[in-house]
Amino acid sequence: MATNLKRFKEFGSIFINHTNLLRRFSSSSAVLSSVDAQLQPPTTGTGKSINLYTAINQALQIALDSDPRSYIFGEDVGFGGVFRCTTGLAEQFGKHRVFNTPLCEQGIVGFGIGLAAMGNRAIAEIQFADYIFPAFDQIVNEAAKFRYRSGNEFNCGGLTIRAPYGAVGHGGHYHSQSPEAFFCHVPGIKVVIPRSPKQAKGLLLSSIREPNPVVFFEPKWLYRLAVEEVPEGDYTLPLSEAEVIREGSDITLVGWGAQLSIMEQACIDAEKDGISCELIDLKTLIPWDKETVEASVRKTGRLLISHEAPVTGGFGAEISASIVERCFLRLEAPVARVCGLDTPFPLVFEPFYMPTKNKILDAIKDTVNY
Amino acid sequence: MLRFINHTSSITNLQFPRHLLHTISSPPLPVSNYATSSSINLSNAFSRCFESVYGGRRLHTATSARNDVDQLSTETPLQQELDFPGGRVKFTAKPVFTSSSSEERTPCYRVLNDNGQPIVDGDSVKISKELAVKMYTNMVTLQVMDTIFYEAQRQGRISFYLTTIGEEAINIASAAALNDNDFVFPQYREPGVLLWRGFALQDFADQLFGNKNDNGKGRQMPIHYGSRKHNYVTVSSTVGTQIPQAVGAAYSLKMEKHDACTVTYFGDGGSSTGDFHAAMNFAAVMEVPVIFFCRNNGWAISTPINDQLRSDGIVVRGKAYGIPSIRVDGNDALAIYSAVHKARKMAIEEQTPVLIEALTYRAGHHSTSDDSTKYRPVDEIERWRGDQNPLNRFRKWIETKGWWSDEAESEHRSRIRKQLSQAIQAAERVEKPPISDIFSDVYDVPSKNLTEQETFLRRTIHKHAQDYPSNVPM
Repeated sequence: MATNLKRFKEFGSIFINHTNLLRRFSSSSAVLSSVDAQLQPPTTGTGKSINLYTAINQALQIALDSDPRSYIFGEDVGFGGVFRCTTGLAEQFGKHRVFNTPLCEQGIVGFGIGLAAMGNRAIAEIQFADYIFPAFDQIVNEAAKFRYRSGNEFNCGGLTIRAPYGAVGHGGHYHSQSPEAFFCHVPGIKVVIPRSPKQAKGLLLSSIREPNPVVFFEPKWLYRLAVEEVPEGDYTLPLSEAEVIREGSDITLVGWGAQLSIMEQACIDAEKDGISCELIDLKTLIPWDKETVEASVRKTGRLLISHEAPVTGGFGAEISASIVERCFLRLEAPVARVCGLDTPFPLVFEPFYMPTKNKILDAIKDTVNY
Repeated sequence: MLRFINHTSSITNLQFPRHLLHTISSPPLPVSNYATSSSINLSNAFSRCFESVYGGRRLHTATSARNDVDQLSTETPLQQELDFPGGRVKFTAKPVFTSSSSEERTPCYRVLNDNGQPIVDGDSVKISKELAVKMYTNMVTLQVMDTIFYEAQRQGRISFYLTTIGEEAINIASAAALNDNDFVFPQYREPGVLLWRGFALQDFADQLFGNKNDNGKGRQMPIHYGSRKHNYVTVSSTVGTQIPQAVGAAYSLKMEKHDACTVTYFGDGGSSTGDFHAAMNFAAVMEVPVIFFCRNNGWAISTPINDQLRSDGIVVRGKAYGIPSIRVDGNDALAIYSAVHKARKMAIEEQTPVLIEALTYRAGHHSTSDDSTKYRPVDEIERWRGDQNPLNRFRKWIETKGWWSDEAESEHRSRIRKQLSQAIQAAERVEKPPISDIFSDVYDVPSKNLTEQETFLRRTIHKHAQDYPSNVPM
């Protein structure tokens, strides 16, 4: 534990509290860590250990503080949001800049587009990614095409849509989904998913300041569970840049968001069996960083992708196809995908549905021994 | 008499000022311990799942049964009020359902009768000779523009067109009553607003031909105009999506205390979209200066109004959302001018949304892809093109005033025809936007995949030039 904590302090890695929820995935130590010594943590300010929702809260606070034309709105955000991400912001910045909206996602995004089109930073919260679909038309047909269809006469680049996504242990059909792939088929928006508190803060600030509309999915499982040292000040992390968070030589694993902590456990277990895994956090799904993944697969010759969303038509398929195009002769085994089942997200069957550590571990071994 | 139905007065007995309604954030729920509690049960966060637990607050009335005999209160029911989170509501002892439709339909405001004579004058906004003539000439220009561009489509010179025939007064009179700094979120049958603001006939033609001078860089179908310079947000084919966007933009004007409002146009079909309802509700709650302008022209492509809705048109929906609303004769330019003028004043001074429903008729086909005689009687179309023609009515009025003549009419029409014919010829000759415009503006700068695809496409074009139009420059 002490060693791990030391590592955590050095490299700013993910620290996940020991909870019974986590035990479903792992019988090993509950402390996860990255071991990529090359990762340079941002140096702005001194960091405190905070959880992911607090990191989001800090980013939002900085966004409001640094730009008077920034606004946060959505269902229940006025009192701090159901996940507490907007805690204290209405009190600090006023109820005209942080406010509740009626319960209507298409209204929230449509409103946000209009607000952004006037040159503001419109930060919209969709309470759960599962409820983003009423806004699908506004995101796909409006936000994504606003600049293109007007020949750059107008844009809504100041729009950022935040939404908690993914499994949480007891969310069932409508508090668990990972709808990122739908949005990865839409030129004109960017899709960003952070893996940890420090990443969340830096990537969210980048997304808010990004001159293009961004759909920012937050791993709700990690809101409270993931604790990490996060610089207190204002910093951004680049979009469309993947990061190697664990170096290895036998197989490349690609994932994003909460799934990375599960993949990291599989990497640790595989190492015990003598398999060296390289783990990549994609961070931005569109436009994505093919080069980093390609370079890694050229080195390892094997690729595994894992995400919670159903395997068919998931973003893993796109990564797989792209890498096969680029690395066909270098691949020593078929690309493996360890993903959610092609079913709706089933409540009591969640442990069966999920791409668990041992499913990943088995796929690592199968791929390496192909 | 011009009168906005002020639907907000009925709730003035709220226990808190209306302008503070949306700022009240402390809910009657036991949630404040969220912020301080260190161990949180995540399931508490899924408030939506459990809304019903809190949402259906039981209402206890005084009438409780004792044995088998009801003990009647000595109070009359009207002395009792329910104080609930949305305000105070009186009780009634009568189980009466509200009517599904009012006995009398909402009247329609008009200034000029069918013969162009002012009906008993209410308090319409007076307009000068200069303004009246400008309005009329713009209506004529719009009509001539429609005729000539429609013909150009029929000749195969442009791929598509959509006329505004029958709705010229709505287009021009509403634009005339606005300021040019008011932000417009159009549907697609309001090019007259852009015309009024100075978008040149050549600009229209360039868009229709999708040449390199088109603001939209040839990416959208004809009639999808847009201009930053004219505060006219680019048209998209999607119906109703612009309505909540106008609300968000109006919020920006409100926050920055601009002396301006946003205006969004849509048809009777658009009033059925979720976006319309979302926008009305958001605008009411956020108290923003936006004018919702519904052109109720009776037809959504082939769907008649009776298949579209069963309420008394669109105007009555304002009441449901707490938005002042007016119904206006959409073929009476003076009535539209007055209504929009007052709506704008209200919207900005009172920081409120306003709904205007203009009753009119789509006297043309939906678009060049439509033949409306397939689904509606020709004599109906002819009647509206004749008796109810908004141009004829306005012309009679300005002629009576001595502000217009047959000579002026024919001079103007032939001048505009000539200009349009020149604009079309010029637009045809201008080259198409370059290949690079396929990839620009997807993002502020092209992403790596787009750069790769452009390189690949250019190689392909080089190799198979015969597969591609030759008038698109590399």
